[in-house]
Amino acid sequence: MRLVEARRESLPVRLLKWLKLDPLLLLLLGLLMTLSCLVLFSAGGGNIDLVLRQLVRFGVAIGVMLFVAQITPHALKLWSPWIYAVGVSMLIAVAVIGVTGKGAQRWLDLGFMRFQPSEVLKLAAPMMVAWYLGDRALPPTVRQVLVSLVIITVPMLLIMDQPDLGTALLVGSAAFFALFLAGLSVRLLLAGGGLALIAAPIMWFFVMHDYQKQRVLTFLNPESDPLGSGYHIIQSKIAIGSGGVMGKGWMNGSQSQLDFLPEQSTDFIFSVFGEEFGLVGSLLLLLLYVLVLARCLRIASRAQDSYARLLAGSISLTFFVYLFVNIGMVSGLLPVVGVPLPMVSYGGTSVVTLAAGFGMLMSVNANKRLMNR
Amino acid sequence: MLGALAVAGLCLVGRAVQLQVLDREFYVGQGDARQQRTVPLPAHRGMIVDRNGQPLAMSTPVDSVWVNPKDVLNEMHRLPELARILDVPAENLAERIARGKSREFVYLKRHLPPHIAQAALDLEVPGVSLQREYRRYYPTGEVSGHLLGFTNIDDVGQEGLELAFNDWLSGKEGAKRILQDRLGQTVSDLGQIEAARPGRDLALSIDRRVQYLAYRVLKSTVQKYQANAGSVVLLDATTGEVIALANQPGFNPNNRRGLVGSHYRNRAVTDVFEPGSTMKPITVAAALEAGKIAVDSKIRTAPGYLRVGNNDVRDTRDYGVLDPAGVIMKSSNVGAAKIALSMETEYHWDVLTRFGFGQPTGSGFPGETTGYLHGYHTWSEFEQATISFGYGLSSSALQLARAYTVLANDGVLYPVSFQKGGLDGVRPSRVISSQTAQTVRDMMQTVVTRQGTAFKARIPGYTVAGKTGTAYKYSRSGGYDKDRYTSVFAGMAPATNPRFVAVVMIDEPQRGHYGGVVAAPAFAELVGDALRLFDVAPDDLPKGQRLAGQQADEGGAA
Repeated sequence: MRLVEARRESLPVRLLKWLKLDPLLLLLLGLLMTLSCLVLFSAGGGNIDLVLRQLVRFGVAIGVMLFVAQITPHALKLWSPWIYAVGVSMLIAVAVIGVTGKGAQRWLDLGFMRFQPSEVLKLAAPMMVAWYLGDRALPPTVRQVLVSLVIITVPMLLIMDQPDLGTALLVGSAAFFALFLAGLSVRLLLAGGGLALIAAPIMWFFVMHDYQKQRVLTFLNPESDPLGSGYHIIQSKIAIGSGGVMGKGWMNGSQSQLDFLPEQSTDFIFSVFGEEFGLVGSLLLLLLYVLVLARCLRIASRAQDSYARLLAGSISLTFFVYLFVNIGMVSGLLPVVGVPLPMVSYGGTSVVTLAAGFGMLMSVNANKRLMNR
Repeated sequence: MLGALAVAGLCLVGRAVQLQVLDREFYVGQGDARQQRTVPLPAHRGMIVDRNGQPLAMSTPVDSVWVNPKDVLNEMHRLPELARILDVPAENLAERIARGKSREFVYLKRHLPPHIAQAALDLEVPGVSLQREYRRYYPTGEVSGHLLGFTNIDDVGQEGLELAFNDWLSGKEGAKRILQDRLGQTVSDLGQIEAARPGRDLALSIDRRVQYLAYRVLKSTVQKYQANAGSVVLLDATTGEVIALANQPGFNPNNRRGLVGSHYRNRAVTDVFEPGSTMKPITVAAALEAGKIAVDSKIRTAPGYLRVGNNDVRDTRDYGVLDPAGVIMKSSNVGAAKIALSMETEYHWDVLTRFGFGQPTGSGFPGETTGYLHGYHTWSEFEQATISFGYGLSSSALQLARAYTVLANDGVLYPVSFQKGGLDGVRPSRVISSQTAQTVRDMMQTVVTRQGTAFKARIPGYTVAGKTGTAYKYSRSGGYDKDRYTSVFAGMAPATNPRFVAVVMIDEPQRGHYGGVVAAPAFAELVGDALRLFDVAPDDLPKGQRLAGQQADEGGAA
């Protein structure tokens, strides 16, 4: 049966499979990249340079994805502790000798490029949790949960210290998803929630920086400071809201074309999209993301072992968190935390990290367990 | 877990629907409020031209540089380069911006030549924009300063005819919608809401050439006699139009720095003086009209003074017996008083009022005075006597000139007007008979003879009728100062068929004080030049001498 099916597949599909790539996921990602170029062209005021630079980054990202896809889940599992250890070491290095940019110490200067170690942890942290729990009987015991929490918390604290709350939350949630998918009991989850509620005021008064508090306050009432911190959210909501059902048309968004939108090619690119393509466009974009997520979860569900399943699952869910936090932010549902719209926002770092994650998913897919096992 | 994902997804969908469907109107409005602005379309002020269409005041385009402080506060390091172009200290700009930071519009510098303003805009400092405005320019400068007045920096008339005709001259600003970006730069026009309507031009009755002559002759006279001030008014005797009007001290409306209020005053219209002996022809005209005297009446002025009530009316010497022409020629106070006292006070007052004393001229000039003429029922005998030779009433130079147009214009009073073609809707009124006017004019011609008081007022080739006035100035402490005079000459030419009436008034001349010495030469020079400029045919050529033009014509015909 399987031989017959294989023969019916077209040549490009067979080529992709030989390259360990999943045609459907690749197609969906390709659509996202195309949309990204379209919106960037408009957000840049019709400047093709921005699009060309983004295309170079997409090229690099696809290369990374192709490379990572060749690594078997087994090898990934073996390397997980080492990658995690190197990542955490680099975070410590950043704290000591890092380069300051935009008011935060996030970069390591490697001479030829600036490198953001916190990006590595977005993958390394869930890999470590999956490695730790993968060989053990699931669901994890309380002791194992506590160890996992330590694995999660160490890089989070280091990243928060930079300070970069957005990335810390993403790293934390990525690793936490691995723990959650391993079968965290509802009782423990509720207990954790209770602890978080208690921790919130402590965080507010002893951990959070003034600018972070300001962001939360602004989020709660953006109109309180329309010329300062609330400016971004107000302009963004105006852009999205004034788009209406059908949108103002490509290259016709007045908020974006007149420069009223902040960071319109990076974090706030969804506002440009919403203004120019309206509710119809927004829903289609969301649908595209849902399809990507569905495909990823499908791959995770067919992973060959627990490590691969936990890793693939957490990468998929983290992708959704990116999406939810970004759109929630630009539409005023969540505070401004500086998370890009996955695969669409301008910028290399996040695209490469995401591509590496998708590469791991491709690898998991190429090494899925046999249906009849 | 899928349930949690679905809830989160639905949250995003719900938010999109809320923003883009339910609250769409609100956000569209908010967007428009940020992106669209209504800006004024400037409308320039009408031009003021003289009776021949020569420009007296015009608006030239200038640009004012303004800034939205909010936009520039983060770019304060760029102020020095901006300050260099605007030629103001950078601290000055910083201070203005700081003071206006709660506003959206602060002028940095107004009324710059367009090329400098453009250079400032080209620096592309955020928030800096230009506004087109118009600056008033007066080509004749000080020559017509009092007449025209001036506008303030917002192009609104403040003084003079600029104020009087402000509504006529003012343009009406239009408005348009524009689309602007975050830095306040105009991106595109969304269309005109209302077109700008420029102001209308105003044609004055003034003749720029004569105005210049009037200014020049007055200034040199005031300087020559080291006078306190002076005014000159030249009217078209046949229409009442003001051909020239000037005062000293004057001011240049193009540069008003360091001036005080007294420089701005258009004394010929706003200030009063006691007209003195220039009233005598009017006294004679009133008595002739009433039949109280005749051309050949004999008036005894001996012994050179007249007791009226408890006071004396005095002449400078005993003129013996004079006819009415002699009273005017010799300027006899006693003679004028005797003639005045022959009239009923009510009648006397009525004639003066009809000549325009104590009445507005109707010219509409801002701050115009009516002069003072007390009601006849309060007149004492002595007051009636002094009024006959110009004490106890006051008048502006313009009023006096206007009164003389009655004599010049065969008894009819025209409203004075600064507008070309005169005033609409105001009818000329007959004050005295044509016969009386002509008779008094004949008498006034004797003034410029060798026997008269103003031989220096004669104009070669033209007959002149006029009257001198030399009045003691009323003292603030009461009574009259014996060393402060007003020297006046009021007259008309050609006397046989007057074309111009002119009044020259010199306030407190220092060297010499008789109207016939101080004011008469200025009158002769100005009116003579004006007659020649207006091509008025000479009426007093020596026998046998003809105009060059006439000779040529006849020669051609022969």
